[in-house]
Amino acid sequence: MSSEWPLWEVFIRGQHGLSHRHVGSLHAPDAECALRNARDVYTRRNEGVSIWVVEAAHITASSPSDKGPLFEPSESKVYRHPSFYDIPDDAGAM
Amino acid sequence: MTGNVMAVECNTLFNWLLRLGDNTLVLSHRVSQWCGHAPVLEEDIALANTALDLIGQTQMWLNLAGEVEGKGRDADTLAYLRDAWDFRNLLLVERPNGDFGHTMMRQFLFDAWQNVLLNRLKDSTDPRVADIAEKAAKEAAYHLERSRGTVIALGDGTEESHARMQAALDALWDYVGEMFLDDQVDRAIADAGVGPLPSNLRDEWDGIVGAALNEATLTRPDSDFAQTGGKTGRHTEDLGYILAEMQFLQRAYPGATW
Repeated sequence: MSSEWPLWEVFIRGQHGLSHRHVGSLHAPDAECALRNARDVYTRRNEGVSIWVVEAAHITASSPSDKGPLFEPSESKVYRHPSFYDIPDDAGAM
Repeated sequence: MTGNVMAVECNTLFNWLLRLGDNTLVLSHRVSQWCGHAPVLEEDIALANTALDLIGQTQMWLNLAGEVEGKGRDADTLAYLRDAWDFRNLLLVERPNGDFGHTMMRQFLFDAWQNVLLNRLKDSTDPRVADIAEKAAKEAAYHLERSRGTVIALGDGTEESHARMQAALDALWDYVGEMFLDDQVDRAIADAGVGPLPSNLRDEWDGIVGAALNEATLTRPDSDFAQTGGKTGRHTEDLGYILAEMQFLQRAYPGATW
């Protein structure tokens, strides 16, 4: 067993935010302790109303070297943006 | 309000408030000594948060004490310009930090007591006391959650962490009894409904601490011996060193502000 505590990623939902946002990471031996550490490290200035922590090892991330195949194809497909429609005035704000 | 408060002599109330404020002041200073030295960054920040919370409580208690005394002393004056024999804190809070586990054990024993106390003080007949208790109770509840979690994790951890936590508990146990001793001041305060009798806090404290020690696989020491004196100003030599560090600036440069 490693003597290092695992890394946890911390997500906070702010006072006015609707969704949790990634704010950083920390080390903790277990989930409960990670929550407490997140409270102490990331909500000292009244930033949050809710905390999620997830062990970093459980996050599957895309690889930077796959950037081309994954993301470049969508660069040339402007028609995927709904920007070619005329919106009637009485539709109001979209 | 005045009817009830008048029932307690000013000097009695003053002394009782000093006990509350000096407990949080001295413990805060002890905990702040970890700043930059804790075993991991997360604990370092958490301990600093706790120390700051305790300083905030100190300001409320000592400002009220100064107001009750009526001689123009505020929290700063009381904190920086009294000598050791005028301090009224429990001996427990001035005990040296020891290792991290020792510090967390001391914190847990205190947090459990402080939670029980503050919850009772919310019903104080003195609205100023009830008001401070209301404000302090929430952060105190978090302190307890944290120290309790650490005591359980380290107690029920490795062979070494378990041995260190048991040693900390054994070493600190002599300082537990003082939290529950009643004296004249306590009885006057309880008669006026301003605060509970310390002895009445014991059962609830035993419940909280017993359950946690059980989970932590730690053995509660089989002793009722209690080191006493802090509440009446008879302290261990450790308090002198704390004050020397804490009060140096105001002693060397009286009235200095920044």
